[in-house]
This record gives sequence, structure tokens and C-alpha cells, in this order.
Amino acid sequence: MIAIIDYDAGNLTSVARAITYLGYDNGVTRDVQQILAAERIIFPGVGAAGSAMASLKQLEIDAALREAFQRGTPILGICLGTQIILEYSEENQTPCVGLVPGAVRAFSPDIRDANGARLKIPQMGWNRISPQQEHPVLAGVKTSDEFYFVHGYYPDPSRPEHIVAKTAYGIDFASVIGYRNLIATQFHPEKSGRPGLAILDNFCHWTP
Amino acid sequence: MLSKRIIPCLDVREGKTTKGIRFENNVEIGDPVEMAKFYYEAGADEIVFYDITASSDKRGIMIDVVRRVAEAIFIPFSVGGGIRTVEDMRAVLLAGAEKISVNSAAILNPDIISQGAKAFGNQCVVLGMDVKFVGKRPEIPSGYEMVINGGRKPMGIDALEWAQKAESLGAGEICLNSIDADGTQDGYEIPLTSLISSHVSIPVIASGGAGKPEHLLDVLTRGEADAALVASMVHYGAYSISEIKSFLHSHGVKVRTTW
Repeated sequence: MIAIIDYDAGNLTSVARAITYLGYDNGVTRDVQQILAAERIIFPGVGAAGSAMASLKQLEIDAALREAFQRGTPILGICLGTQIILEYSEENQTPCVGLVPGAVRAFSPDIRDANGARLKIPQMGWNRISPQQEHPVLAGVKTSDEFYFVHGYYPDPSRPEHIVAKTAYGIDFASVIGYRNLIATQFHPEKSGRPGLAILDNFCHWTP
Repeated sequence: MLSKRIIPCLDVREGKTTKGIRFENNVEIGDPVEMAKFYYEAGADEIVFYDITASSDKRGIMIDVVRRVAEAIFIPFSVGGGIRTVEDMRAVLLAGAEKISVNSAAILNPDIISQGAKAFGNQCVVLGMDVKFVGKRPEIPSGYEMVINGGRKPMGIDALEWAQKAESLGAGEICLNSIDADGTQDGYEIPLTSLISSHVSIPVIASGGAGKPEHLLDVLTRGEADAALVASMVHYGAYSISEIKSFLHSHGVKVRTTW
């Protein structure tokens, strides 16, 4: 079974619906034993880092995630889930789970595009990704494919080898992070149409 | 670089889609779930549902529509209309919508914005604004006034001041509807859109007046909108989403061209 972690951080039903649509057995859970027993783990989330980490700690899911990561269970982070696998978030000055070295930073309020136009924060909408390395979970993604982003903070892994793809929004930030059995997207694959579903499908039979 | 979004708007009454012209004489044109699937496959970037069912005892019908839409499409969609409390928001979000939009309820009770943002995150809370041009006067310095009840009731609130206040309360996006342009198909109200969009840092969706692709080009460039709502021009088959996007792309507007 694929465990979709529920920690009071936003709408998990859309992730579960996409996985069900693709035909994979899944369950939304906050039970540590179920999470540790799962074949795969999806770690989604929207909202703020501070309350998300407080909730993860209270449910003892942060420790379960570290253990599953050490055991080699394939883990997919999505959006806030991708941010709080890093060590620290500038959002609410929050120490995070720390599976991947690096921090989460706020977009600067005066970021501009290549033409000098002021960019809105949060980034909300469709943008492309530029792969920095090959990864099985991104198999079949075309350079013209776009993905749905909603975020005011961005992941900034300290080691370049953990950056699987980048996206331009005023700056080039890491929109896909990969480290061993972990892959994590800042965008929402469950809301990105066909290319997003392809990424979810790839994850569901990925053998790291 | 972020794409400009093209967003079909579906008015839903008692579980069926309608299209209002100046908010009156709505005619039934189809099943919302089928229409959502159609637009999802046609390349819409997002879909807005507006529930015009007036009575609260029929809210369950809309929740069921939201649930069935969420099983069928894998792009974001929002739901507005009749949302007055955090519990209303929760029901719609749990049924599978990405965002909820509040309009008159937020004018009457601005705290709903901050309560929703706190409970679900700013990105979930869209401020719907119905705006009418009334000319500048001391209490309406921008010349644009907030109205409710489909434009019939002026509220004595300046549209620009309200947009900025809503942003500070935690609204994550604004869906800006010009009552004067709505239903005309003569083009979006460009000065209004540009005024609001340049004075807030959150994305602005332009609404009201779309009749041809040139109107979208205008509001996404001169109007500084981040997204454009379309209704009749696509519902009745005059233009496809793909035609609109090709037109915008050929005029240098970044749009999502593969899906």
C-alpha cells in the first residue's frame, strides 16, 4: 500500500484521488505503524511550516519519516512536504525534518522576471522545470510540460547533486529534489494534468 | 517563467451549469462534471465554479458536484457562492476543491478571510470582488465601488482599499469582476484591472467582458492581470481554449501550450 501522510496540512484528498485514478492501492493515514509498514510514502501538504512541524512532532511522524528514509522506502514529497524535509525553514523560523541538507527560503518581495516586471508572491500557476540530471521519476517529462505551483517559499538544498530540476521565478530555485530513495517536487503533480500524473505513475513503480 | 492562466467559469445552480448574462435570464447548458472534464482535456489551466443556488438547504448538491469533479480532473479548481463560514469552506475543500472564494460574505464579515487563511492557508482563499465604476468621490477615491447582490447593492466601499485590506487579512488571490463589463463581451475593464493588480502583490484574475481573444491579450498585458476568466465565448463554442492560447502565444504572452 502507498501511505499518504495526513498531518492536518491541507487537502490530501486530491493526492489520494490522483493515485486512485492511476490504479494504485493507497490510504490516507497518520498512524506511525501504517506509515512504517507502507511500500511507499507520499508526504504532501499545504500551509505554513510552523504549524505543520508542530503537528508532525505531536503525531511522531517526523521520527517515522526519518526511519522510513533510512530503511529505503520510496518517499515522494509534495509542496510543503518538499520544504519540510530540509533542515530549516525561514517560514516561522522552523527547524524541520532534515532528511536533506539545506533550508527553505522566502522569495524576496521585489523579485522580477527577465523583462523587469514585478512578480507576484506567492508564485501561483503553471511553470516549467529544467532537469539538471536524469531521474526515473521524471521519465517522459518534456521541456514544454508545465506544472502547477503555489508557494511563497522555495527549497534551497545545500548540495547541488540533490537538485534534480530547477524552475525560474525571479531566481532559479530547486523545484525537484532527489536524494537516495527520496524524490520531492515543489509543484503539485496531482494538479498538473497529464505530465503530473505521469510523475506520480513513475513514482508508484520506482525502485530506487 | 510563469504562464498566464485561462480559466473557464461555470455557474452552477442546483447541480446544473448555467450562464448568466448580466446575472439574469440564466439558461441551462449542461452537467458541470462533464463540462469540467471537457475543459480539463481542452487545456484550461484552472476552473472556477460559482454556485448560484440561493438556499443553504441545497448546499449538499454542490458538495456532491465538487466531489465528482475532483475525481475527474487533475488541475486546480475553485468554488464560490454562498460560502459564509469556515465550516462552509472546510466542506468544499474536503470535497476536493483547491480554493474557495468569498465575496459578499467577506464584505459583511472581513474576519472570514483571516479565519479561512489561518485554517487552510492563504493560497486557499480567493477574494471575489464585484466592482462598479461610480466616479471619484471622497468615500470612493479610486472611482470604483464594491457592490453585492449581483451589482444591485452599492456598499460604499472603495474597491482598491478593499483589495488591499483583503490582501493584508490573508487573501491569496483576487478574482476581480467588473459589473459594468460582465455579460457584454465587449472586453474586460482594463483600467480597473490594472489599478488593482498593480497595487497588490497577490495574483489577480480578470473577470467580466471576455468576447474574443484580443480581449484576453489586452487584459493580460495592459491590464496586468495574472489570469483571465472566460465564459460565454468558450461555452457557446465561438472559441476553443486552444485557439485562445495560440493567439496569446503568437502575441508573445507566455501560456501553457502542452497538456
